Amino acid sequence: MSKNTEFVKFDKVDKSYDGKVLVVKDLNLNISEGEFITMLGPSGSGKTTCLMMLAGFETPTNGEIYLDSNPISNIPPHKRGIGMVFQNYALFPHMTVYENLAFPLRVRKVQKDEIDKKVDKALSMVSLSGFESRMPAQLSGGQQQRVAVARALVFDPAVVLMDEPLGALDKNLRESMQYEIKHIHENIGVTVVYVTHDQGEALTMSNRIAVFNDGKVQQLSSPDKLYEEPVNSFVAEFIGENNTFGGEVTDISKDVCKVKLQSGEILANPISVNSKGDKTTVSIRPERALINPKDKMDNNQTGKIEEVIYHGDHTRVRLDLLGNKEFILKVPNSSNELDLKLGNKIKVGWNSQDARALDPK
Amino acid sequence: MSSETKQILTTDGIPLEISLKKAERKNKIKAFLLVAPLLLFLIITYIFPIGEMFTRSIDDKMITNMLPKTFKSMETWDGKELPSEEVFASFLSDFKILVEKKEHGKLAQRLNKEKNGFNTITKKLFRQVKRNKIDETQSIKEQIMKVHKRWRNVEYWQAIKRTAPPYTSAKYLKAMDMYLNEDNKITQVSEDRRIHRILWLRTVEVAFFVTVFCFLMGYPIAHLLATLPMKYSNLLMICVLLPFWTSLLVRTASWMILLQQQGVVNDFFVLIGLVSDDNRPEMMYNKVGTYVAMTQILLPFMVLPLYSVMKTISPSLMRAGKSLGGTPFVAFWKVYFPLTIPGIGAGCLLVFILAIGYYITPALVGGASGTLISNQIAYHMKTTLDWSFASAMGLMLLGGVLVIYWLYNKLVGVDNIKLG
Repeated sequence: MSKNTEFVKFDKVDKSYDGKVLVVKDLNLNISEGEFITMLGPSGSGKTTCLMMLAGFETPTNGEIYLDSNPISNIPPHKRGIGMVFQNYALFPHMTVYENLAFPLRVRKVQKDEIDKKVDKALSMVSLSGFESRMPAQLSGGQQQRVAVARALVFDPAVVLMDEPLGALDKNLRESMQYEIKHIHENIGVTVVYVTHDQGEALTMSNRIAVFNDGKVQQLSSPDKLYEEPVNSFVAEFIGENNTFGGEVTDISKDVCKVKLQSGEILANPISVNSKGDKTTVSIRPERALINPKDKMDNNQTGKIEEVIYHGDHTRVRLDLLGNKEFILKVPNSSNELDLKLGNKIKVGWNSQDARALDPK
Repeated sequence: MSSETKQILTTDGIPLEISLKKAERKNKIKAFLLVAPLLLFLIITYIFPIGEMFTRSIDDKMITNMLPKTFKSMETWDGKELPSEEVFASFLSDFKILVEKKEHGKLAQRLNKEKNGFNTITKKLFRQVKRNKIDETQSIKEQIMKVHKRWRNVEYWQAIKRTAPPYTSAKYLKAMDMYLNEDNKITQVSEDRRIHRILWLRTVEVAFFVTVFCFLMGYPIAHLLATLPMKYSNLLMICVLLPFWTSLLVRTASWMILLQQQGVVNDFFVLIGLVSDDNRPEMMYNKVGTYVAMTQILLPFMVLPLYSVMKTISPSLMRAGKSLGGTPFVAFWKVYFPLTIPGIGAGCLLVFILAIGYYITPALVGGASGTLISNQIAYHMKTTLDWSFASAMGLMLLGGVLVIYWLYNKLVGVDNIKLG
């Protein structure tokens, strides 16, 4: 079975609310059938607007959205057959859990016994069997969230949209719900478009992540690629932790370039620099820089320990390195032979492959 | 088991409950003192007058105090034949005291209300007493019976006996166009004199329709208020509240200017050719005027509770309804509307209760066919000075409102009311 890789398609979509500012700029995005895609970005980046356009609550100012090759801009929300989980759950407070789940089926004139069956199935999917007669107010936040998910799935929609569904839950619950939603997605294979500003959530759940900023998709790729190989400094900054050096390219070959910093010089992987004299920001993940490296690395520097913070499983060390006083290192707890004392000078090394020369900030 | 009931002591050995009470006492006294003025105000201006109204509406003590001996001796009378010599003697002695106090006129008036014809025969008896014509050594019964033939009629003595109880339901019956006849049976007054029942029905009808109109007009306004962006909704809110800042009398008067036959609305109808100039419809001094003016005046009382409820309904609920496949109407009817019921209940109850006792507007624009029971109450307060009758009707109005409140509680539940 070949999957439709353009199941949902945003084609040159623009959106403006006031005719002056574009909230979404020239968005082109293809979502495959059965994919879990996350729109990730800071607030105001246009990700929720995209979701609302897909759901039908906002109309694109320009461009078209296709669902299974059909343009949907002129289809009202109730005819799109798209399930949606809202940020504040939006459970109907005057209906029981059963009635909430039956609502989408009743408006579709499904037979009573069929409704019972489907509601049963949906509730057991979110492990809430036996809660049929409860009112939403009698449920905990996590349970309400699960009901909302079940309600969005009960009528077998082709696409389910989730608008920061876990935003109101506490940290532990949020994590367990992440896995639960991920498993539900894996089990029933529905296409999920998920909006969040929490990068951890995006990384653990998604097949692909679209990082939004300033109305544009900055990078669309799988979580690991997004983390390991950010294409620009916004993505590098936004996803995970990141040590940066600002500098200028002094020499460049195919897969390595020399970057001159304020003090010193490092080798980096040229990503978005092309020629000598380009300004750049070099980004290195904290875990890619090692203390007293055993293997040979092509960047070797010495830094002074400014701060040591114990984190249980690892220790964070803040260094003054090459003029950057915010250089962070993550030292796993297993390597306890190191002498991490304030003011000590230590050797740090990393591969030029892991130091990505991106666009200047 | 005993450990559960064991008293818990504080570290100083005082039982915890006592200690807690002690600690809270000051706050409780303070709280009570804060509400005390209001409580006192309520008792003086609300509870006490209602009690006073009630006693006034059923009070019939005046005649009980006028004929104490008569009623005492009548206790043994079976009420079938003419009463005994003793009753006549007691009556004469009571009557003489009244003559001395010059209160026999009041007695005649009261008895005449009970049965027509007492005025004449009381006056005749008064003249005999004044001239000392009655010899107390002879049979008083014989002498009184000679004064007028009606004193020989047992029905008149029965009428006197009926006035004996210090309390009466007559005013309430009268408000329902009924009275107690000679046999103590509740009877309707003759058809041409039944005015109150029409007024009651009209009052309920007007209040009902005003509530319906207010609801029909107020619901969309409240919805608009709750969903519009702040800067527009504030402006609209001012428009809704503007009537509150204008005197009720001014508003009613402006309706009179608008609605009268040579008024603005009629002029406009003539101008656009809706009606001909010599056939202008009457929109005032009838029910139409009452409906229009009252609906406008009571509209804010519908809009505000509705608004406060709608404001709390998250817009994502309607969106959820639509995204789950409900047409906009289904989403409204199944999701939005049920959530506004507390506001509808509060608004309707408020408007209905205010409308049922409305006074100034129907008095000014209502005319003959648009006046309500409250106007009748005012009429008896100010013109006939029959305060006990006015009190009875007022209490019936209050009772009606309480019944509606009770019904509402049964059907919807008072917990479901939301006023703000």
